[in-house]
Amino acid sequence: MDNKGLFAKLKTGLNKTRKSITARIDQLLKYHGEVNEDLYEELEELLILADVGVSTSMRLMDRIRERVDAEKIKEAEKVKLVLKEEMMDILRNNDKDFDLRFPAIFLVVGVNGVGKTTTIGKLAHLFQNQGKRVLMAAGDTFRAAAIEQLEIWANRAGCQIVRHTEGADAGAVVFDAIQATKARENDVLICDTAGRLHTKKNLMNELSKIDRIIEREFPEAQKEVLLVLDATTGQNALSQARLFKESVNITGIAMTKLDGTAKGGIVVAIKNELDIPIRFIGVGEGIDDLQPFDAKSFVDALFEDA
Amino acid sequence: MAFEGLTGKLQAALKRLTGKGKLSEKDVKEAMREVRLALLEADVNYMVVKDFVKKVTERAVGHEIMQSLTPGQQVVKIVNEELTALMGGVQSKINFASNQPTVVMMVGLHGSGKTTTAAKLAGLLKNQGRNPMLVACDIYRPAAIKQLQVVGDKVGVPVFERGQKEPVQIAKEALSLAKKEQKDVVIIDTAGRLHIDEELMDELSRLKTSVEPHEILLVVDAMTGQDAVNVAKSFDERLGLDGVILTKLDGDTRGGVALSVKAVTGKPIKYVGMGEKLTDIEPFYPDRMASRILGMGDILTLIDKAQAAIDEKKAEELEKKLRQQQFTLEDFLEQMQQLRNMGSLTDIVGMLPGVDMRKLSAAGGLDEKELIRTEAIIQSMTREERQNPSIINASRKKRIAMGSGTSVQDVNRLLKTFEQFRKMMKQMSSIERSIKRGRFPLPFF
Repeated sequence: MDNKGLFAKLKTGLNKTRKSITARIDQLLKYHGEVNEDLYEELEELLILADVGVSTSMRLMDRIRERVDAEKIKEAEKVKLVLKEEMMDILRNNDKDFDLRFPAIFLVVGVNGVGKTTTIGKLAHLFQNQGKRVLMAAGDTFRAAAIEQLEIWANRAGCQIVRHTEGADAGAVVFDAIQATKARENDVLICDTAGRLHTKKNLMNELSKIDRIIEREFPEAQKEVLLVLDATTGQNALSQARLFKESVNITGIAMTKLDGTAKGGIVVAIKNELDIPIRFIGVGEGIDDLQPFDAKSFVDALFEDA
Repeated sequence: MAFEGLTGKLQAALKRLTGKGKLSEKDVKEAMREVRLALLEADVNYMVVKDFVKKVTERAVGHEIMQSLTPGQQVVKIVNEELTALMGGVQSKINFASNQPTVVMMVGLHGSGKTTTAAKLAGLLKNQGRNPMLVACDIYRPAAIKQLQVVGDKVGVPVFERGQKEPVQIAKEALSLAKKEQKDVVIIDTAGRLHIDEELMDELSRLKTSVEPHEILLVVDAMTGQDAVNVAKSFDERLGLDGVILTKLDGDTRGGVALSVKAVTGKPIKYVGMGEKLTDIEPFYPDRMASRILGMGDILTLIDKAQAAIDEKKAEELEKKLRQQQFTLEDFLEQMQQLRNMGSLTDIVGMLPGVDMRKLSAAGGLDEKELIRTEAIIQSMTREERQNPSIINASRKKRIAMGSGTSVQDVNRLLKTFEQFRKMMKQMSSIERSIKRGRFPLPFF
């Protein structure tokens, strides 16, 4: 995927995040000058305010304390670099390149209102631009007007869509879409699903069923199960990732709404605790505003000096 | 159900205190450190947590508890009081205008649940005897208007729309139509927007100026993290909010937002969305929620539910029977059916004091099918058998098992449970008076 211009785009998207986090850290460092207990405490506060979460923040801080001691770091300024390195380490750990083989099938899942349908629209556009032929499956047969919403996105992206009516069986929609993908020899099939809270057993079972249909009907395709997370979400995102992973094998995360003031720090915790790679980030409402995730750019942009 | 994680953590932190006869300052501080972590993990805003812990520590370490007989309990009480205060003290309702219609405007981020909540609220008000109208002002999101039309239709409330026309214009037209048709509530659904999006925030300001809503309600996803306070603050500063509706509380979110939002903006939470059905909306009671967080159960909501589902007269009859120990399997069956009217078993049990919902859901929740099976067994009995279970012998048991598609063991288990239950009721007669006062004669509790 094209990496040029990504950094700039990401920086704009993360502008707010960067400003708030680094401005405060810089202020902090200027104020303190040298390493002391207050500095650690306030760095921890900053991490928590960024939604990194208590346990991951503490683990990060422990690691930084260790390194500061071991490397005999005296200046507060350098602690920031260490923090940046450690965050990047977590995000990069075990991260294999996202190498897509075609035909590919995406199953897009997540709780209500995180932006699944919009992300699918943007994703389809991304592939269409690469000259791939995309088909969408309108698998959200539950929410009112979800099918219409996806159809509008299909038109915008210029791809085809397989749909049934509201209330139809989502598994059947996916089944039909797979047959259509094979018959039309499309490259990518992207399946929408209804938003569901990860705690609803029945709804999670429905997802496993759809997953099994894909396994059975389309084994030759590379299967990617994308969990869409809202950057505004706090610690619950961890629980979402954990429980969705239990029913379907999540292969990657798309984090949306990073263009707000939410810091999205929970991805660090998710990577740290569940080792699910982040694949895409949504940084705006336009059809182009979906970017492949890159750990270095992400952390660089987050800590870039203003 | 929300809050269990927080409840568990807080309970663990406070449990160490309740067992002690004397509390040192160190004991309190240690417990408060745990409380702090629990609240942070629940996404309560950092500054709010800091403030909260400070307040509780001050009260707890001060002489307020030193003279108390059970200092531990006293700390729990302080935490409970402060939690309630943090969430806004008393329950707040929608302020209805003296000259109709009352205009309610729903605002919020993308995907917080504005459209669904607008319909839920309209349905709720309609059931309360009002005559509401919904207005589709989300002209940006694809198919948003269609969505409102569908959900509006489901709750039987008319939806006003003018396609992609300018929202201010739509709202104005809607208002004059509402006046003509004598609607008493107009609920305006607006597009989701970022609180830092100048252009769209400006649109809301203009909308506010032109239709002068009586209530501007911010719809907030209960799973929101630390950023919730920024969002609530921005919307409040720009528009002057009247209240907040929390959505998606039926997940496992620890719901820290509930604690932060009121503390930071001073605006009360008025309703909470609790599920996917359009009837899943409830008024927000801060005191009840505080009890729930501390694991004291939510008996009040349970009683509300029971009152809605249970026939008053039948309840009185039942009470009499219980007192005279004439409770039969027939009554048992009736009780069970009423219980099921109240909602899912797991939800109901979750409102009881001391029930850890986390463990409950980990065990797969309560088996609703068990209830259905029990119902089938009783329905397969003759009238006589239901009145007098002692006549049920082996061959009758066999017949009942066949008739209900269960096994003799199942029938035995039911009969045994029923017998135990009758015995329990005998013992209960001493506390019966309090049950009566609580208007809560359900034998299951």
